[in-house]
Amino acid sequence: MIGIPTVALGLYLYLLLSKSGPMGYFQLLYTPYAIIVGQCILVTPIIVSFATSALESVDPEVKTLARTLGASGMQTDFVVLREAVWGVALAILAAFNRAFAELGVAMMLGGNIRNVTRLLTTAIALQTAMGEIALSIALSIILLGIVLSLSLVVSLARRTS
Amino acid sequence: MVFQIEASRVTRKFDGLLALNQVSATAESSKITAIVGVNGSGKTTLLKLLAGLDAPNEGTIRIGTKNATADDLRSHCTMVFQKSIMLGGKVYDNIAYGLRVNRVTRREIPERVKSALAFVNLSGFEKRKARKLSSGEQQRVALARALALDRAVLLIDEPTANLDPANSAIIEQSIREAARSRVVVLTTHNLAQARRMSRSVVHLYQGSVVEQEETARFFARPRDERTRLFINGELQF
Repeated sequence: MIGIPTVALGLYLYLLLSKSGPMGYFQLLYTPYAIIVGQCILVTPIIVSFATSALESVDPEVKTLARTLGASGMQTDFVVLREAVWGVALAILAAFNRAFAELGVAMMLGGNIRNVTRLLTTAIALQTAMGEIALSIALSIILLGIVLSLSLVVSLARRTS
Repeated sequence: MVFQIEASRVTRKFDGLLALNQVSATAESSKITAIVGVNGSGKTTLLKLLAGLDAPNEGTIRIGTKNATADDLRSHCTMVFQKSIMLGGKVYDNIAYGLRVNRVTRREIPERVKSALAFVNLSGFEKRKARKLSSGEQQRVALARALALDRAVLLIDEPTANLDPANSAIIEQSIREAARSRVVVLTTHNLAQARRMSRSVVHLYQGSVVEQEETARFFARPRDERTRLFINGELQF
């Protein structure tokens, strides 16, 4: 599910949420909620997969150690989570970046409506189609800046911890 | 008053295989008990049972005169592993963790961490990253972490395996000092170490106790032929 094409996901969700679709009753299509639903479905496998790997990579003896130091069952689980915290943070960061920079779902479910469902990515696509290359480049720099800054912040926090 | 931990006819099976068979052994406070034996003889399994990390299929473990549950064992014992496991973060965090989960007051924790580190000659290491330390220093932090809890029973699995002589000497000295006020049980296949450190030796072979004897007598006049072969390095396994 991690590598699912976003256009395909957008299409299936569009069919689900459209007025004649099984979930048309909720009238979510072309609202920010439709984008939220789509992005959640898109990033959940990323978070689950990366976070699971991070938790599994914690030395199993950490649990045993915590028990010998007097930790309760819940405290023992918590210490494993704490040991995997940067892996989980990385999972969240990867999921955010995937959702933030994604176009297919946002375009198909949001409709790119100005002041309602227009995102940075859909705005870039629209401006490029309209020939406003300079504005597209400016917007893409903002997009890249946000993604890279967040990655940098997480990386620095990890090093100093 | 002598405090003791005692395994009585303890059996532990893994998938039908006997790891420990009717093992009985006793360790008392103020003296070090060494569990010796060849690899796979059941030393670590016995230590884990004593620590309450695993439960016997048969038999009992007593603390003092009372049959102990796993919770009793965990509240009286702490264990240092052969491979020192460091939690992420600083040395201070590693030692303070056990104190925090045991609800030691915030005011008391820094002082306990400091004295535990001083005990293993690592004063001033509080802010060092635990995983960046050498393996010898990590083992000393692991020992300090266990000692900081001030439990009545300290169980140590192969305390100096693969360590250099300097770190080994510091660890051995720290264990000797720790044993003045608590029960110390250590496993080792280093017979010289068992001879140097312990007052009592339990010889395990293929999951059974061959003999438990006072150290001097164990080495001078072994009662069992298998012990004599083990001491001479001739025991087959």
